[in-house]
Amino acid sequence: MDRVNENLNTVNQPIYKKDAMALVTGQPVYTDDIAPSECLIVKVLRSPHAHALIHTISTEAAKKVPGIACILTYEDVPHKRFTMAGQTYPEPSPYDRYILDRRLRFVGDAVAIVAGKNEKAVDKALKKIKVTYEVLEPVLDFHKSKDNPILVHPEEDWVALCDVGADNKRNLCCQGTEGSGDLDAVMAECEYVVEGTYHTKACQQAMMETFRTYTEMDAYGRLKVTSSTQIPFHVRRILSTALDIPKSRIRVCKPRIGGGFGAKQSVVTEVFPAIVTLKTGKPAKMIYTRYESQICSSPRHEMEVTVRVGADKNGIIQAIDMYTLSNAGAYGEHAPTTITLTSCKSIPLYGKARAYRFTYEAVYTNTMGAGAYRGYGATQGIFAVESAVNELAVKMNMDPVRLREINMVQEGQVMPAYYGEICGSCALDRCMAKAREMMDWDAKYPARDMGNGKVRAVGVAMAMQGSSISNVDVASATIKLNDNGFYSLSIGASDMGTGCDTILAQMAAEELRCPVEEIAVHGVDTDISPYDSGSYASSTTYLTGRAVVKACRELKEKIDQYSREHPGLTLKEIGNECMCNNNIALEVTATNSSPVSPPPFMVGMAEVEVDTETGSVEVLDFVGVVDCGTPINPNLARVQAEGGIVQGIGMALYENIQFNGKGQMLNNSFMQYKIPSRQDIGKIRVEFESSYEPQGPFGAKSIGEIVINTSSPAIAHAIYNATGKRFHELPITPEKIVMGE
Amino acid sequence: MLVKMWINGEAIRDHIDPDMLLLDFVRRHGCASVKRGCETSNCGLCTVMLEGKPILSCSMLAARAEGMHVMTLEGIQEEAREFGSFMAGQGADQCGFCNPGFIMNVLAMIRELTDPTEEEIKEYLEGNLCRCSGFVSQLRSIMEYLKYKKGEQDGSGK
Repeated sequence: MDRVNENLNTVNQPIYKKDAMALVTGQPVYTDDIAPSECLIVKVLRSPHAHALIHTISTEAAKKVPGIACILTYEDVPHKRFTMAGQTYPEPSPYDRYILDRRLRFVGDAVAIVAGKNEKAVDKALKKIKVTYEVLEPVLDFHKSKDNPILVHPEEDWVALCDVGADNKRNLCCQGTEGSGDLDAVMAECEYVVEGTYHTKACQQAMMETFRTYTEMDAYGRLKVTSSTQIPFHVRRILSTALDIPKSRIRVCKPRIGGGFGAKQSVVTEVFPAIVTLKTGKPAKMIYTRYESQICSSPRHEMEVTVRVGADKNGIIQAIDMYTLSNAGAYGEHAPTTITLTSCKSIPLYGKARAYRFTYEAVYTNTMGAGAYRGYGATQGIFAVESAVNELAVKMNMDPVRLREINMVQEGQVMPAYYGEICGSCALDRCMAKAREMMDWDAKYPARDMGNGKVRAVGVAMAMQGSSISNVDVASATIKLNDNGFYSLSIGASDMGTGCDTILAQMAAEELRCPVEEIAVHGVDTDISPYDSGSYASSTTYLTGRAVVKACRELKEKIDQYSREHPGLTLKEIGNECMCNNNIALEVTATNSSPVSPPPFMVGMAEVEVDTETGSVEVLDFVGVVDCGTPINPNLARVQAEGGIVQGIGMALYENIQFNGKGQMLNNSFMQYKIPSRQDIGKIRVEFESSYEPQGPFGAKSIGEIVINTSSPAIAHAIYNATGKRFHELPITPEKIVMGE
Repeated sequence: MLVKMWINGEAIRDHIDPDMLLLDFVRRHGCASVKRGCETSNCGLCTVMLEGKPILSCSMLAARAEGMHVMTLEGIQEEAREFGSFMAGQGADQCGFCNPGFIMNVLAMIRELTDPTEEEIKEYLEGNLCRCSGFVSQLRSIMEYLKYKKGEQDGSGK
């Protein structure tokens, strides 16, 4: 901890976001604000059926609508399967889609692409496309999908690049088992065992800016793609595969992004305007409606996690057994990877366990395919494990805080379920102590009857996440000294609104001992930026941050050497030397991968008030204490935590993607899909108890994802303490509280 | 059809389709701060002031603003910067996509309510959704801003 404040000038300071004033004054900096006005409007005709084959499709009448430039069907697109998942090649997600396919796999799947001069013409043309469908029976229930005779992907050219146990002839997107220790033997010795099945639903990410992309041909005959994406370099590769053109013909740029949360770690819109521009040579744009963002994008995977936790007579958790069933939906984006996080980012919270086992299956169904959503499986696994541990505490008649105190992972412990990594930094104990004090847990646990039909109660949960994907993710930074002595920092990580441009500049300013204003940051352009996997997996602060530090240190050495060879020059003069008779580039690109993924930790405590008559739940207070290592920018870290907690409250109490018997979504707008408003939340209080991560830049780990993980289990626990009813399925609605699950 | 209105004090005449929404009209006339976040009047991103009152421009036909004064964030840049710096001071700006609609409504609230309580603020701004911030930092910004404005009036300064 004492290392945190080692003479830091800009790191660990609440510096304004570099783009703040542009954002708060409403400058035109987002994709649709900067798209050329002559862009063709691109829209997609969507399948009304959950499972069907296109029997015939006629576009003749539609093409005659004035202003229509291009209509494409499955016959007009390359027949190369790809995945929209933004992951490092070879992607674990199966190659299971075309841009347009004859087989339609969910209500909303793309049938045809229409591009025209204006929205009215396009809408008119969409209505004039004549399609006859051969309607097939869908498989909608993910419990019934495996080995169902109805296959979502019967096609012969379906392929899984990685060995994830996928088998399209069994509707399996992945399957496997892993573990360490003799689970059955250790479990048999346990004095206390609890078991439960926990069902978390698909949730939509609901970032305020929907998915959007515009495309144009540049002066060099290359396809320039401007997109609201977290993964510009993956977009380049995926488009190259999907469009069957060389990567060298594609350039991807990222403007300001109106939120991501993982939604934009999939290539949701890019392929549609891109193929239109390739076919027509004209600029084109696709701006998703909120309706489309709801029904055909990249929500959280619905999962059912069955967990068995065993403890010895002293309350030491000895064994954890987990089985996860995940609903991939119609396409397998991120299914094989999210599912493995359910165990590897929940089980290691309990550092003394001698054995664990994890079995998993992700299956295809004829519903919207899922994607990467903040927490990425850890959220689902932690809801199950933390709920089970709270049940264990009841069984043992022990305070759930105490139970955690004697079991929680500590620095130096090996985490067998976490790639065998050693826990290098952990202040979970201090997080728990702080949360306990802030919530006044000892006085409030478990519940107080308020005497007016209302009961107030508290609940607790712990959480972890990772910091980048170890031995996979690559981050880079380029730093150069300019004339007049200011610096340019070029990064390949996408600032999606969280402020990474700013915190990376803070790190550069700290290393180079200059004001943060002297660091000009350039966001992502795949032609210019050094390679970065993208902004996901809680990687930017930790991994790209380390790349920035490396680059700055090398540049400092170069400047020092220049200075020794040319004594007496100021930094400004050294910068100016580059403009005349110069042979030395004062510019460095550094690249960084990490052999480990140091987990941040968190304790969340909720205080709720339940109206026992109506079942309504009010979250009065939520305390989150986070160990993200050194917070590079305490303000931005705090807002991450507050935002994540509230998003988690939505998941716990309101948000629920539902389908009717025909596979049509019932929650296709903000009218039916309620995200929390400012009236729905009480106090949200966040504090930091920082460990110092030796692998991280300035001791930092990550903050973006972990903060969503405690809301559901802590609130479910508080509701149990208020009502005596245990809820295994989210969201916990008033109906369920009054009428039972 | 021909419509005439004032946008941020500038007289505008334009031929439009009768079903054009005010949101699309103001964006067409250089007000890119006005955003569309939903199609169901739920998010507040498209908030503009019509004759000084905040309205959702996604739920109003451009033709209905005939002869009226529309104000967007482009028209009150100084106030936007002033309040916006309080947001930036909390890191509350985040992705920024909801900021213009939110700030329009905050500035409308400040004109309408005197010394609002936290509850009144939450109620007034309930229709402005934000998915990044969890709203707490936005509230802190408003409280700090109100304190500042009060100090300004009292002459006690910031």
